[in-house]
Amino acid sequence: MHEPQGRPDGDVILSIEDLAVHFPLGGGLLGRGRRLLRAVDGVDLRLKRGECLGLVGESGSGKSTVALSILGLLTPTRGRIVLDGQVVTNRQSGDRKALARIVQMVFQDPYASLNPRQTVRRTLEDPLRVHGVTAASEIEDRVATMLRHVGLRPEQADRYPHEFSGGQRQRIGIARALILNPRIVICDEPVSALDVSIRAQIINLLLELKETLGLSYIMISHDLGVVEHMSDRVAVMYLGRIVENGDWREIFERPAHPYTQALIAAIPDPLRHAPLATTGGDLPNPLDPPDGCAFSPRCRYAEDVCRREPGPSLETRADGHAVRCWRADEIAGQMALASTESGHP
Amino acid sequence: MTGSPLIEVEDLRIDLNHGSGQVPAVEGVSFRIDRGETFGLVGESGCGKSITALALIGLLRPPLSIGGGVIRFEGREIQRLPAAGQRALRGNRIAMIFQEPMTALNPVSPVGRQIAEMFVLHQGKSWREADQLAVEALASVRVPAPQRRVKDYPHQLSGGMRQRVMIAIALACGPDLLIADEPTTALDVTVQAEIIELMRNLCAERGTAILMISHDLGLVANVCRRVAVMYAGRIVEERGSADIFRAPSHPYTQGLVDSLPRLGSRAALGRTRLQEIAGVVPAITAFPDGCRFNPRCPKATDICRTTAPETTWLEAGGLVRCHHHA
Repeated sequence: MHEPQGRPDGDVILSIEDLAVHFPLGGGLLGRGRRLLRAVDGVDLRLKRGECLGLVGESGSGKSTVALSILGLLTPTRGRIVLDGQVVTNRQSGDRKALARIVQMVFQDPYASLNPRQTVRRTLEDPLRVHGVTAASEIEDRVATMLRHVGLRPEQADRYPHEFSGGQRQRIGIARALILNPRIVICDEPVSALDVSIRAQIINLLLELKETLGLSYIMISHDLGVVEHMSDRVAVMYLGRIVENGDWREIFERPAHPYTQALIAAIPDPLRHAPLATTGGDLPNPLDPPDGCAFSPRCRYAEDVCRREPGPSLETRADGHAVRCWRADEIAGQMALASTESGHP
Repeated sequence: MTGSPLIEVEDLRIDLNHGSGQVPAVEGVSFRIDRGETFGLVGESGCGKSITALALIGLLRPPLSIGGGVIRFEGREIQRLPAAGQRALRGNRIAMIFQEPMTALNPVSPVGRQIAEMFVLHQGKSWREADQLAVEALASVRVPAPQRRVKDYPHQLSGGMRQRVMIAIALACGPDLLIADEPTTALDVTVQAEIIELMRNLCAERGTAILMISHDLGLVANVCRRVAVMYAGRIVEERGSADIFRAPSHPYTQGLVDSLPRLGSRAALGRTRLQEIAGVVPAITAFPDGCRFNPRCPKATDICRTTAPETTWLEAGGLVRCHHHA
């Protein structure tokens, strides 16, 4: 299958620059004892037209906070989000409507994200009305067309969510996200709430729609198999920061950050009855992040420099593969040596 | 498989009573687990895997009830034991950990107390002794600073730490069988690896058998020696775990193996369209006649729509229930 190549910057549809979202927590009347949760702290990301960007990391790493910021549902503490050439951060609240025509979201749980008291038609019509489509015939047409796009029949429009299976509900969730013809769709764990035998249907549908409607995706998932299958680029987040960002093949075949390596190694191999690779420890408390590199307490390569020096910066190599690690070069050397010795990667 | 099994399930049926009548939610389920063995039960929501486990531990509650079949633990029929005898097994010889440790733990009791309770209830220890044993139990599941942690309440612990506490409670009395129902589904992949390795190592050290229940065939195949796949209340295939992924025999198992994007497959083969399994999982009240997979099965013929397939014993070991198995 055709894999998109890197194109010039005109093709960047979404660019996130130095995004930070901090939440003040607790504290008394005068703000004494207040602590700062740095949910996202200095994230740079670019999404190209027609691309699928996979965003991975453990819960608490800040993936969903990035998503909510793009949708305008959270106000960033710092940084810019540029959508289709327009800066959308620091907008007036009324501009959410304009934003909604560009970016939409598919949620994880199709049981919780649909209004149980609204028919499918109502769920799909409401956004059109809010956005100024008033002609009954046009609404009818667009609802019917969208239902066909997601593999449902137009005559199913007058049913309620409980009359559909989980997979069909997720199709409705996708239809709702696409009804305003957005350019970008954020898929937040779109299949993890579905039965295993249904997941392939939804993954195939999302990939088909991306091609036929010319969409760009941000795909948030903890299932690396799904991310590898769908993504063109992959960004790995850890404790509010990007630690690695690169072409999907680079990330999965030559992961450079020890955290990415740990994530991939932790996936059970069904063909082998072998122990899983463990990392040790949990995600640190984001209210009290470790000194130095945030991954250093769990990292098997950590040395003094990693624990002492304030976090390394994200270094982009010539091939566009970016890594935030003090010892990335040494580790890459060791990995290359190990793979030549053992005869397989 | 020689010697007497630790637990043996024969032709188990579990009925679901609903307003207008009774339907079998689980039917004709048989398997055995030997001492120290790891056995997996895999299937989607509603296939009956969790209620099968609850039946083993005597925790089925209305509207569910055992409608037929026999469950033997060390040769003794569990259903025939008096309530006190069942209680003596539960928690002591057969223990269970659940998917969501936050709801399985008591939110208003320190975790050390919840572990100590096991020693008091099942081994007649004093609270003083039991509290000390609880610290050791927490240390054995590698919770750092266990003396301090025993005083914590569940909400003060991370998801992974809570599941460690659940394992400490489950293994407190040195059970012969640990039932793990989706033990890592709520956890991140790195934490999952920690919990699985902890469970695997502790059980191997103590000779505890594991019955692992999950929707994740890949994980179960990695952890368990043998795997049974359930669909709509029946076991459709049971195999050695290495075989079930390499050469699945039932069309449903084949569908499961082919439909999931596996790490490394895109790099090796390019992005191919995922194999879909058509249709939806049937509701318990609307299981189809014949083979219950027939409406979704690419190989279905007339016989599949009328006659439930008999068990076929495979030459390479294991069994499958399909008229057209591979």
